[in-house]
Amino acid sequence: MDADPQSSTTDARSSGVVDALADWVSDVGAVAVNWIVGIGEVVLFALRTMRWMVTRLPARETLLPSFYQIGVLSLPVVALTGTFIGMILAVQSYSQFRLLHLETRLGGVINISLVRELGPVLAATMLAGRVGSSMAAELGTMRVTEQIDALSSMGANPIHYLVVPRFLGCLVMIPALTVMADFMGVAGGWFYSTVLLDIDKHHYWENSQKVVNGFDLFGGVFKSLFFGAAIALVSCHRGFHCDPGAEGVGRAATSAFVASFVLILILNLQIDIFLDSLYYYLWPQGVSFL
Amino acid sequence: MTKTDQAETIEPSSAAADDEPILRVEGVHVQFGRQAVLRDINLEVPRGQTLAIIGESGCGKTVLLKTLIGLVRPTVGKVWFQGKDLANLSETELSDLRTRYGFVFQQAALFDSMSVARNVVFPLVRHQRKTQQELNEVVAARLAEVGLPESAARKKPAELSGGMRKRVGLARALAMNPEVVLYDEPTTGLDPIMSDVINELIIRCRKRYPVTSIVVTHDMHTARKVPDRVVMLYPLMRLKHDEPQIIFDGPPDALDDCKDRRVCQFVRGEAGERLMEMREQAERVS
Repeated sequence: MDADPQSSTTDARSSGVVDALADWVSDVGAVAVNWIVGIGEVVLFALRTMRWMVTRLPARETLLPSFYQIGVLSLPVVALTGTFIGMILAVQSYSQFRLLHLETRLGGVINISLVRELGPVLAATMLAGRVGSSMAAELGTMRVTEQIDALSSMGANPIHYLVVPRFLGCLVMIPALTVMADFMGVAGGWFYSTVLLDIDKHHYWENSQKVVNGFDLFGGVFKSLFFGAAIALVSCHRGFHCDPGAEGVGRAATSAFVASFVLILILNLQIDIFLDSLYYYLWPQGVSFL
Repeated sequence: MTKTDQAETIEPSSAAADDEPILRVEGVHVQFGRQAVLRDINLEVPRGQTLAIIGESGCGKTVLLKTLIGLVRPTVGKVWFQGKDLANLSETELSDLRTRYGFVFQQAALFDSMSVARNVVFPLVRHQRKTQQELNEVVAARLAEVGLPESAARKKPAELSGGMRKRVGLARALAMNPEVVLYDEPTTGLDPIMSDVINELIIRCRKRYPVTSIVVTHDMHTARKVPDRVVMLYPLMRLKHDEPQIIFDGPPDALDDCKDRRVCQFVRGEAGERLMEMREQAERVS
């Protein structure tokens, strides 16, 4: 019996739609599974790093170069960024505040923005860009050229030898870099506001002191510890699981920065919510910012 | 108990231990994602033997070599080192066990950031407490063994030629006086003279120390000259489901008498049906 040509066309069309839908569901499922696997891998990597940190600290000759590379060599770029951000904040806010005749309040706004948010986030971003990418590229190259396998073959644990010093370097040096970014930003904002915009120095500082307190400084430094840990873990993980070839190393470096930056933003929001809750729990009367 | 008595008591057990193969591979399968690389590999390596694993590129020689030291974990099967199943060892135990191996990597895998001297003594610094003087002596001795001048000790790996890098890799592998030395394509990328130098070093190393050597190579000159025994692997994708992956296991002299067409092709370096396959593939694509 001959089939109805019209119904067979409709059947073919509907099966095509079903196939396309199935493909779409499969693609979305694959992406979701890859995400979960990726997160699981990073968590396991972090746990292995923590285990080595509590069982055996790395030798001084591996630790000190990491501290130098991560901390000392990042200082100039972090200081420069902080200074310019402080000055840019002054430039951007001045015209608005001047309309309200609140120029002397500029110090409070610039300094609270720097100490609470911009200092830690900028220091972390610069660290992710300068150190995170370089760590991922370095470890990726070591993976591709079998240097990581060579370490294992000589009975040296690569996590203990390569990751722990970098993790500790980021964790210990990022608070110092954050304080440096805060300080240079405050100095840059002060210089532009009082020297170039001729705002009264006394009132500039007085208003700053009213707005910025020790908890703000603590909050910024506290946040930076999480940023530093995230940068080190994500970058080292990307380097360790680098695809073969020059392209793989390049991709590891880029993805280390992107993933670190996204993680910094997510962590920043979460920790801000936590710190605000903590602040109002400890000091229920709150604080007046302006 | 006198020393002689002790020796007599210990002798039978140590003799039994000597009879046991130093490395044993039992039913090993290795799969990366959906791609199977090794299938049902069974191999025993007696102590002191020099074994060459030959086969064309992509047949899983390097994967097998890395499985022997636990750098690649078998999907199925077991690898035994002196009666210890590598899969049952903790991370620390495996790290300790690896100090009894030396591994010469294909591209030497020297640490770029360290000098040649630091590379050579790296395992000693990690595992033994030695003074700087002792370390310097080890560097000088090991470099002399592989025919490198003492001045090379201060250089960085990037300043060395391919042959020198391989020799530094060998010096590093021998630094801990290993019981097993694994060589991953030691002569690849070297000129014939340097290849022969490396072959001679492997032979000399076996004569000087009681080591078991496993050499992965597709260089027939090395496969004929260096080992006591040759094992040939065949790529899985070219095998039928029930065919064994090891298609030759015997002394190097027997390679030329082997009747297996695949072994003969490899030994003579003949492309055979591969050219036809390539032509057919090109036609299909066009």
